Amino acid sequence: MDKTEAFLDVSIWREQNGDGHFETYQVPRRANQTILDVVAWVQQQADPTLSYRFACRVGMCGSCAMMVNGAPRWTCRTHVLKVAEGASLEIAPLRNLPVIKDLVVDMDPFFDKWVAADAVFAPSQTRDDPMAPITPDDTMRIAADDAIECINCAVCYAACDVVAANPDYLGPAALNRSWSLVNDSRDAGQAERLQAVSAVGGCHNCHSQQGCAKFCPNELNPTLSISGLKRATAKSLLRWGR
Amino acid sequence: MIRPHRTHALWLAFILHRLSGIGLALFLPVHFYMLSLALTDPDQLDGFLAFTDLLLVKCAEFGLVFLLAVHMFGGLRLMALEFLPWSPRQKSYAATAVALAFFVSTGFFLQAV
Ligand code: SF4
Ligand code: SF4
Ligand code: FES
Repeated sequence: MDKTEAFLDVSIWREQNGDGHFETYQVPRRANQTILDVVAWVQQQADPTLSYRFACRVGMCGSCAMMVNGAPRWTCRTHVLKVAEGASLEIAPLRNLPVIKDLVVDMDPFFDKWVAADAVFAPSQTRDDPMAPITPDDTMRIAADDAIECINCAVCYAACDVVAANPDYLGPAALNRSWSLVNDSRDAGQAERLQAVSAVGGCHNCHSQQGCAKFCPNELNPTLSISGLKRATAKSLLRWGR
Repeated sequence: MIRPHRTHALWLAFILHRLSGIGLALFLPVHFYMLSLALTDPDQLDGFLAFTDLLLVKCAEFGLVFLLAVHMFGGLRLMALEFLPWSPRQKSYAATAVALAFFVSTGFFLQAV
């Protein structure tokens, strides 16, 4: 990109009550500018009615994801230099989720699917029992390790074409979380979980396109987790659900 | 144009697998129909077999063999992905599947002309 351009041409999706269009803004360039900086500048200097969502600004909270030039990104950690084409940027709300206003999407369907995927810990002991010993070199612990750094940003959910095509599909993040629990030896709900992830819309819908793994900002690999779930459900079928 | 969230090797491998599958599904009924002619109408089958000697038809057959091979190797890749322990070399496997398909279909073509 041309670093000498003093301004960026930014088109931002504006939507209210289901009526949406792109509007363009001229935003001054800054050194080390992120996409979130650009959106914040527009809201602070050009149009205070622009709605968007962020909290931590450091890639922890997972609330700032948007479509940037057609690809899902965490905007607080995405530099303009890295993704702008020439001096132009197109910023839109996250794909595959309903828009509330402008760049803000309704995350409810995303999180409802975490519950549907039974991605919730089911304790096998009480607080009065001694701590379960799990060593760092435990194979299940190592498998879970690869899946636990999710920040719930829904970038993978926006990248997935199966989510776009099948409204029932649980999606990469929820299934990834279920896989981390399948590898939790303290969990008491494994049979129910395997049922949940192999039902309609479950892991067997995944076409292994691996867009989720390509775009996950934390470099998680939901495809790996989903293939683990596919194997686990196939094995439990062979054991007749035992 | 392919939308930006799809411009990566493994999405292209997915669409190749899907399109080759559809292509084969369309081809197979015709294939079986032609085979059935051996029983029902051998003369018409002979006429058709003469037609398949044309270079243009050989080229089309090259395409068919490629579709078949790429769908087979791609399918093996997906089964390995789903049933073997995970390997981080997914892109290499996809590339290998396409390379093997080219190898097989080109071998077929050279032998056919
Ligand atoms: S690998 Fe599966 S979950 Fe991930 S983007 Fe592809 S279809 Fe969606
Ligand atoms: S798996 Fe990655 S992309 Fe998906 S919600 Fe978690 S952190 Fe975001
Ligand atoms: S603002 Fe928290 S992850 Fe971007």
